[in-house]
Amino acid sequence: MGVGIEVHGLNAWYGKSLALKSIDMSMAADHVTAVIGPSGCGKSTFVRCLNRMHETIPEAHAEGSVKVGEMDVYGVGSDPVEVRRRIGMVFQKPNPFPTMSIYGNVAAGLKLNGFRNRKQMDELVERSLKLAALWEEVKDNLHKKSGASLSGGQQQRLCIARALAVEPEVLLMDEPASALDPISTSKIEELIFQLKQHYTVVIVTHNMQQAARVAEFTGFFLMGSLIEYDKTEKIFTTPADKRTEDYITGRFG
Amino acid sequence: MLAAIFVLVPLLAIFVYLVIKGLGSINIAFLTNTPKPPGEVGGGMANAIVGTGLILAVASVIGLPLGIGSGIYLAEYGRNRFGDLIRFTADVLNGVPSIVIGIAAYSLVVVPQKHFSAFSGGIALGIMMIPTIARATEEMLLMVPNVVREAAYGLGIPKWRTTLSISLRTASAGVITGCMLAFARVAGETAPLLFTAFGNQFWNLKLNQPTAALSLQVFSYAISPYDDWHKQAWAGALILIVLIVGAVAAVRITTSRGMLKGGA
Repeated sequence: MGVGIEVHGLNAWYGKSLALKSIDMSMAADHVTAVIGPSGCGKSTFVRCLNRMHETIPEAHAEGSVKVGEMDVYGVGSDPVEVRRRIGMVFQKPNPFPTMSIYGNVAAGLKLNGFRNRKQMDELVERSLKLAALWEEVKDNLHKKSGASLSGGQQQRLCIARALAVEPEVLLMDEPASALDPISTSKIEELIFQLKQHYTVVIVTHNMQQAARVAEFTGFFLMGSLIEYDKTEKIFTTPADKRTEDYITGRFG
Repeated sequence: MLAAIFVLVPLLAIFVYLVIKGLGSINIAFLTNTPKPPGEVGGGMANAIVGTGLILAVASVIGLPLGIGSGIYLAEYGRNRFGDLIRFTADVLNGVPSIVIGIAAYSLVVVPQKHFSAFSGGIALGIMMIPTIARATEEMLLMVPNVVREAAYGLGIPKWRTTLSISLRTASAGVITGCMLAFARVAGETAPLLFTAFGNQFWNLKLNQPTAALSLQVFSYAISPYDDWHKQAWAGALILIVLIVGAVAAVRITTSRGMLKGGA
């Protein structure tokens, strides 16, 4: 089961420039929330703050309160490594570990965190690949083929399986389909629809149709601020803010 | 294409010439006996072959971990002043003539210990390996795309684990090549061994005793006045090259086979 996310007063910087301005946003458990907005609006920065990936960039830092279930992400003594273990992430470009087999890729998060039970690991790998709708395509080549030998769409589903294998409570997806062809994209979208039964999903997308298709809630970001956040239907039919309307009707961005 | 062929020419020429000159003197006795005193026929370089192995083992024990370790530091943590200093030092060290490194090892190790040793020779060669390996490791790690590291961080894998098990592993083919280059380069070095390992006419397996090495033996035989020794010098040089090429090839084959096995 997923958990909800509560964000209060979140600011993020790259060096001295402020990229996110005092964001307040709460995301419901076991639902899909989409984050949309033009390039450079801070939507990627926002999700990268949720699992403290933002601070892995030199000179970048974030302040504010982010609560994922009971976990205080920016609390005193909170360990970014532990945070990331509980909040899975899928990136824009598929990034399987190039020297590892398909099995190795999915098991990497477990193995490198000291998980040793071979039998349980086999089960987790199979379960994760099934959840990511990749099992049928790769089950005969788990150990023989490298992760990098798969097609782009398969690689992205492999990355989703890899993130799911460590059993996170939340899954963040940073434009997961923007580098994929339409067929692979629809597969990923179908998958997101399945995943929300077990996980809270936050998806960044610059594709508004995609947000409309997969997400129950949508937040619109502009120049580092959250302009409007509501049910997806409301955002795309009767937005409250003029800027949201301009963006979704294609007047800018 | 033509340029590529010209790369092959010197190597082939050297190798063919060595085979012509040296092959005739290689026999069981050459590979199993120690040198005979001047004037006596026969004798071999068995002790020098073993000695070279001994010295190179010491050099690798020193050079590989220090070289790879500093390369990791430079690539993953060394984007600062101190890192630049290390890079500069490594590049300068790479250009220091090998005989100077030999003198350094002589005054730092041989003089305090008061005798020549395989150990001091290994130190001299090990120091020579460090900058090559460090810079190669750094370059190879920098070629690992950042998205691969991000993927690991995103899974909750700590930075040190990511560096060792993901980045270094992704770069392993290049790192190994760098290590083999450094190894092959020092394997044939003579100058740093002249007053460290020193050479020895007899069997020695102790690290703290003067030790024979193929390169030293080839050198002293080649400048001797005896015809028989000249032939043995050619044979020794041939053996040295074959051993180096063999070692490099063996590492290449075993590592390329093991690449995909074993999962994470």
